[in-house]
Amino acid sequence: MQTHTFDVIIVGAGGAGMRAALESSGRARTAVLTKLYPTRSHTGAAQGGMCAALANVEEDNWEWHTFDTVKGGDYLVDQDAAEIMCKEAIDAVLDLEKMGLPFNRTPEGRIDQRRFGGHTRNHGEAAVRRSCYAADRTGHMILQTLYQNCIKAEVEFFNEFYVLDLLLNEDSGEPVAAGVVAYELATGEIHIFKAKSIVFATGGYGKVWKTTSNAHTLTGDGMGIIWRKGLPLEDMEFYQFHPTGLAGLGVLLTEGARGEGGILRNATGERFMERYAPTIKDLAPRDMIARAMVQEVREGRGGGPNKDYVFLDLTHLPAEQVESKLPDITEFSRTYLGVDPITELVPVFPTAHYAMGGVPTNVETEVLRDNDHVVRGLYAAGEVACVSVHGANRLGTNSLLDINVFGRRAGIAAAEYATSVDHVELPGDPQGATIALVEQMRSATGNERVAVLRKELQETMDMNAQVYRTEVTLKQALGDVQELKSRYANVSIQDKGTRYNTDLLEAIELGFLLDLAEVTVVSALERKESRGGHAREDYPNRDDVNFMRHTMAYKSTDVSGEGYVRLDYKPVNVTRYEPMERKY
Amino acid sequence: MAAVVEEVVVTEVDAPVASDVTFRIRRFIPEFDEEPHWEDYTIALYPTDRVLTALDKIKGELDGTLSFRRSCGHGICGSDAMRINGRNRLACKTLVKDLDIKKPITVEAIKGLPLEKDMIVDMEPFFAAYRQVLPFLIPEGHDPTRERLQSAEDRARFDDTTKCILCAACTTSCPVYWTDGQYFGPAAIVAAHRFIFDSRDSGFEQRLEVLNDKEGVWRCRTTFNCTDACPRGIEVTKAIQEVKRALIFRRV
Repeated sequence: MQTHTFDVIIVGAGGAGMRAALESSGRARTAVLTKLYPTRSHTGAAQGGMCAALANVEEDNWEWHTFDTVKGGDYLVDQDAAEIMCKEAIDAVLDLEKMGLPFNRTPEGRIDQRRFGGHTRNHGEAAVRRSCYAADRTGHMILQTLYQNCIKAEVEFFNEFYVLDLLLNEDSGEPVAAGVVAYELATGEIHIFKAKSIVFATGGYGKVWKTTSNAHTLTGDGMGIIWRKGLPLEDMEFYQFHPTGLAGLGVLLTEGARGEGGILRNATGERFMERYAPTIKDLAPRDMIARAMVQEVREGRGGGPNKDYVFLDLTHLPAEQVESKLPDITEFSRTYLGVDPITELVPVFPTAHYAMGGVPTNVETEVLRDNDHVVRGLYAAGEVACVSVHGANRLGTNSLLDINVFGRRAGIAAAEYATSVDHVELPGDPQGATIALVEQMRSATGNERVAVLRKELQETMDMNAQVYRTEVTLKQALGDVQELKSRYANVSIQDKGTRYNTDLLEAIELGFLLDLAEVTVVSALERKESRGGHAREDYPNRDDVNFMRHTMAYKSTDVSGEGYVRLDYKPVNVTRYEPMERKY
Repeated sequence: MAAVVEEVVVTEVDAPVASDVTFRIRRFIPEFDEEPHWEDYTIALYPTDRVLTALDKIKGELDGTLSFRRSCGHGICGSDAMRINGRNRLACKTLVKDLDIKKPITVEAIKGLPLEKDMIVDMEPFFAAYRQVLPFLIPEGHDPTRERLQSAEDRARFDDTTKCILCAACTTSCPVYWTDGQYFGPAAIVAAHRFIFDSRDSGFEQRLEVLNDKEGVWRCRTTFNCTDACPRGIEVTKAIQEVKRALIFRRV
């Protein structure tokens, strides 16, 4: 076992983690721990762009962007946070350009902008060109650019270090961050990292579902660690299903395809979004389009042998526009479905994509331990966090914006705090829980297999807690997840070694997935309304009287010692925009 | 109201049929094996399954000790470069239907980097070479208030090399890289190209020193293995040639 001491530890090297590192490493002694190599992070899979009201191609301003974000989030957005994000968006894009990001350009040489779902001119009049992009690999270019700048700034990385525990201590009766415990993949060695500030930037948990755009590695470890510490998770019932996943596979096809003029059609050839969102049609927010797609399939207008998908039509667009502005998705469609978007309709269906919920933070990215208090020294940014700038449904491009704006804020806040305090003592036996977790799994002899349980989890979540939910389906999912949790106690692994033991880590990751699935389903059961990404067929309307509030879930134990998910609520921060009916 | 789609081809998909496929995998677990050895695994796969799916199934159902890196699963993160039937490819971009399944499909680690376990190699020498070429924008003067201007033509000049995902498929297919421990390999030169041909960059002189070294670009013997191996379709050899030409003429 080794012990390292830093001022700031950043967990995760995607967009939020590296953006934080660029701020923090110049101000305080910083290390970044990632379970991958930085360039493998899933920020690199983002395609369409990053919105900011640069007004490079048409009139725009940050207030319109804020309104769209609030309305897109079905009024569950904390409006002060959205305002900060949309204001700081402009500098966030310009900062990336100055770091070298190769944005597409206008004829005048400025950063080009294109349309994206839910982004409108003057509070919903028409779609606006707001998304700054680099072909359909904007996330790739952000990840590469941030990594390149981390190399330039000589940021210290610990690659393939799996953080498995957060160390807290008490100071004047309050929890305070003390460090993290990590498992080194190459050797199996346990490392303690002592730090004054810790930033969690560990991303989402899309592998809870079977059909997902998410990487194999998006197993919610960061959220799971924080959850197990008894700290709350916010709004976990709000999970985004991106409309255009490649049918049957879930591989993402950017909304930018519709921003470039692509159209969704059902099996009769109808442009069905005209019925659901007459003003902005195929550029409505993702939750509305995903529901419309499922509705079309349910009513028998789906395509294919099982009539279980709809089509993305790019065939009317000039081939050169598709090849130059959307090269990657064109290739994905050709490679994985054998379908050429230039001449053929692409089969698409919603795919699990993004967690609006997560670790609650304030706008300074400090992690909340209840509605009013923070954990000193603990920060979170990016998909793992819930500020909440996305409310009940995130607008396309706002995730790349979120990681840059709040990643930067986290880096500054964590470093400034670290320079103002001393290290706190580590709690007693800091590595004990992690060693117990690892050794228990390595020596387990049960007869359950990780791959089997994971598949069953993903299947029940796809079946029962996807685009549409009801009390019946959610109860089914909850029962299934709880049964899987008890079977998980009998999981064993075959690889007993210490070197690159991915068998072991997949088993530990499954534990986090099961915890998060349960929180998601319990939160969803109790939200008896439909809002944004959470569509309850048994409660089809939004209910602002009873549910315009954030869910706060806590891991608790009842009097008999049984664990359960306790729910509490937190008010939504409303500044400018009173809730209205959401029409597009 | 409903628009009717005319003259548009909709590919009708037949119900897929699974068949048994044998994978011959070069296994090496340093704690138990003195030398790498080949092992066969047979599993049922659909033609549209990826090799990565096959490896996941083998690991999940047959042998949990099988070790490989993977993340995004669709060719954008660069984790799963490996030698499949003797050719460097990404396991997540190689479909069963594109391989001859009448004989075993061989899978092994990429060559030229230290073998750690099964398909896992030590990537550090690869990233060290990348860092050597100063893979970041080196601008001149103060930052402007707004964005730097760049014409669409200037932006297009280095578009191809911005696609690189650092998977190492090119570098570890290069015979010079296999035999010469010093040559920094095609991927690092691709990274250099991406900045040398960026109109916003002024770091040419600094990079020139690195690239012009006797272990630099001049070791390339234009075998085109790298271009064939690139899963992103980057014209790697062409990029290297452009860098060589820039070095000779001392300008971009």
